[in-house]
Amino acid sequence: MLYRTSFSPPAWRYRNPFEEFENVRQKMENLFGTLSNRSYKSMGAGVFPAVNLTEDQGCYYVRAEIPGVKNDDLELNITDSTLTIGGERKIPKESEEARYHRRERKAGKFSRAIALPGEINSEKVEAALVNGVLTVTVPKAEKVKPRQITVR
Amino acid sequence: MTNTKTDELQVNEKREAAGPAELTKPGPVFTPHVDIFETEKDIALSADMPGVSAENLDIDLRENTLTLTGDIAGENNNNEDRIYVEYKTGRYYRQFSLSGVIDQSKIDARLNDGVLRLLLPKVEKAVPRQISIKTG
Repeated sequence: MLYRTSFSPPAWRYRNPFEEFENVRQKMENLFGTLSNRSYKSMGAGVFPAVNLTEDQGCYYVRAEIPGVKNDDLELNITDSTLTIGGERKIPKESEEARYHRRERKAGKFSRAIALPGEINSEKVEAALVNGVLTVTVPKAEKVKPRQITVR
Repeated sequence: MTNTKTDELQVNEKREAAGPAELTKPGPVFTPHVDIFETEKDIALSADMPGVSAENLDIDLRENTLTLTGDIAGENNNNEDRIYVEYKTGRYYRQFSLSGVIDQSKIDARLNDGVLRLLLPKVEKAVPRQISIKTG
């Protein structure tokens, strides 16, 4: 007998299979606090900025938290299917006689390439920087967008 | 020894606040990264709070405790599928004990590009006065 399935095999997703482990790790770390002093590098191998990539039917959305980076200090490039976020985070100098109590913020240059999982329309990429959060909207190429077929 | 990576920026991983922060709403709460500088005249505080807009930021100074609470605007991306998640979003919460007396009326707060800059001027100390003694 022949069986035909009307479903395509599950498409390969770029979803992080270790996300659940990551959550557990974070909880454990909270629990044990400073017992383990080594800093854990998350998926992006510690390359600034950390990005979140989401998609809907028409677009990919790349989001990154880059507080303190001005529009002018940010450079975005897009090639075939690679988005590059580069720039510099500057922290204004404090006066000479100031002594510091906390110094947790870092300044420096950064550059990161993000490979998008599918074909895109690089003509219509849009980017917005609001309250230190960068959102890049990358439309998918017309031919990979799902098309609704009306049945007559 | 060459140190070529001096100004290459690394991810400063967000720390989840583990303290007894108010948990009236679900979701993670983060501790913002801060710089605190003190001069003779004032205390300057910079805090990274990406995603927080001015109207969602609450700065509270009571006695000597400064409390920062930042809410992020509800992201309307629930209908998007996640492909790759490297950071989580949530509220920000942090408390500080301030030494010295702050002149509450002169506090200056600015929020630019997700960075809060708080200038807390100290109360001016009484200026020593010279008292001249008249003879005669």
